[in-house]
Amino acid sequence: MGDPQDQNWYAAMYRIRRVEETLLDLVRQREIAGSVHLCIGQEAIPVGACAAIGPDDPVIATYRGHGWALARGVPLVELLAETLGRSSTLNGGRGGSAYLSGPQYGFFGENSIVGAGVPMAVGLALSASFQGVDRVPVVSIGDGALNQGVVHESLNMAAVLNAGLLVLVENNGYAEMTPSDALTAVPAAARAPAYGIEPVEVDGNDPAAMARCVSSARAAARSDRRPILIEAHTRRLGGHYSGDVQHYRPAGELDEWRVGDPLTRAAQSIGPGDLAGIRNQVDREIETALGQARERSLPDPSTATDHVYTTG
Amino acid sequence: MELTYIRAVNAALGWALRELPDTVVLGEDVAIPGGPFGATKGLRDEFGARVFDTPISESAMVGTALGMALDGMRPVVEVMYGDFLLVAMDQIVNQVANTHYVSNGQLRAPLVIRTQHGSTPGSCAQHSQSLEALFAHVPGLRVGLPATPDDAYQMLRAALVSDDPVLIMESRRLYPLKGEVDVDADVQAVGAARVVRPGRDVTIVTWGTLVAPCLEAAGVLAGDGIETEVVDLRWAAPIDAVTVAASASRTGRLVVVHEANRTGGLGAEVVAEAAERVGTRLRTIRRVATRDVRMPASPALSRAVLPSTETVVDAVREALTPTSASSS
Repeated sequence: MGDPQDQNWYAAMYRIRRVEETLLDLVRQREIAGSVHLCIGQEAIPVGACAAIGPDDPVIATYRGHGWALARGVPLVELLAETLGRSSTLNGGRGGSAYLSGPQYGFFGENSIVGAGVPMAVGLALSASFQGVDRVPVVSIGDGALNQGVVHESLNMAAVLNAGLLVLVENNGYAEMTPSDALTAVPAAARAPAYGIEPVEVDGNDPAAMARCVSSARAAARSDRRPILIEAHTRRLGGHYSGDVQHYRPAGELDEWRVGDPLTRAAQSIGPGDLAGIRNQVDREIETALGQARERSLPDPSTATDHVYTTG
Repeated sequence: MELTYIRAVNAALGWALRELPDTVVLGEDVAIPGGPFGATKGLRDEFGARVFDTPISESAMVGTALGMALDGMRPVVEVMYGDFLLVAMDQIVNQVANTHYVSNGQLRAPLVIRTQHGSTPGSCAQHSQSLEALFAHVPGLRVGLPATPDDAYQMLRAALVSDDPVLIMESRRLYPLKGEVDVDADVQAVGAARVVRPGRDVTIVTWGTLVAPCLEAAGVLAGDGIETEVVDLRWAAPIDAVTVAASASRTGRLVVVHEANRTGGLGAEVVAEAAERVGTRLRTIRRVATRDVRMPASPALSRAVLPSTETVVDAVREALTPTSASSS
């Protein structure tokens, strides 16, 4: 029953979900220092988008970016080692959960300044134009980032400088700990036309819809050299960060939101045997990768000041 | 060839656009208008779309330049006044300076941010500040402050070939100044101070706009038989502490002169470097700086708070007074 592609979508989303849950456990066990910002409930967005973009398209995310890193092909064991503060081929323990990057996988990194990646994506788009290469950057931000000034600056700049990029706004219902609509006078899709930018709205909990949307937006951004803003509607099914007890949530909200959980929806078209098989395979992959990551050495303290500059 | 300071900047940018195919120049009014001070005059005509105008959006300008740099290009972004760097502070400090380190060396940010700063009569509170200490404090950035037309050319070229992000803070007051520029010189590396006048009695360390007044002060003091060594620091990051300490060790007296405000200014860092390296042979320390005040609009008031040749002469004389206590 169902399309075999449904199983692929489910497997990719379940993998991100389980990694995020594993990271949360590792924070609670104090095996990860500091906090992590999880994308539980939003997995369909990176999974669908990364299935639709080009092999060299640069992706920029925020601290809620583990899903983007994994969907872009960053190896799981490296991601786990990096978040554990151990040696990794990503950032050798300098990036951690919130700043990990893997440019060799087209993943140009996360950011704690929620709107700061947008101008970088504009620059990557202009660079692609100057070099005449077929690349369309994708920058993921949350709805909260819309209210940082640099996003306003960058949307206008992208429009006037003909930057072909996708600004993907993940509207997950909360700007950190406050409901988005309490703080945002006009939502993302409605703002875009004021910059001369075409908006697209999409069901961010449906990976197939995401892929279709990103595919056509990418084609337009590339052929017309213009920015396109995608507002993907989703729900954050966890806290802002790992230590967030979510006391601000109205009673019953999470239960209501879980009805639309992208994993629950995707599972509906997969038979129980197949579902169990997928889960088992992913669970074993994560278990193995975590074991390998835990065996990685800690970074050598004598290298702590390496790479401040390219020379000397 | 004799060039004004601003033409030397223009020549360095033209050199980079010719020699380094990944160089682009962006900023407010830099393309069609040729730059508010003329630094980019004629470059749009010669290099086309590689020189382009941006909206008045300092954060997005720096962030866009960073994005291009991540992809291997060498953008030069002009920020019209040093005061306006503050609008782009997140991009400069949290983004540009972090790129190489946090990626464990996998990403590079070879961009140049050019600005000009300092006070001129009537330039007021938001067009006058000298903020080099803020940026010299940030690991990951290089900060250069050219004091002559030749250094405007040589230091900018050093920045343009650097694989690290470099902030060049030019001096608006010096833009019309003419001087000999060696346009065919080898490209220098970033860093290194220079002794611009030797002397055995006292060391002045200064940079940027105040190098010329300090040389003038040294001339006045020479009339009294005082031999003043003047060191042009040139780079606020990295500080060439070796050259500073060697001079301070020879003379035993150090006067640091800068146009930035006194408290927390780079002078304190220069003094600390010298004191740590020279020890008790450094008998006297003085700082000459703009007083700790916001910059007033009226020239009658700004003159009262800015350093001058006279205040430098006075500080050196005081440093040489036998009863003068070391600022320990």
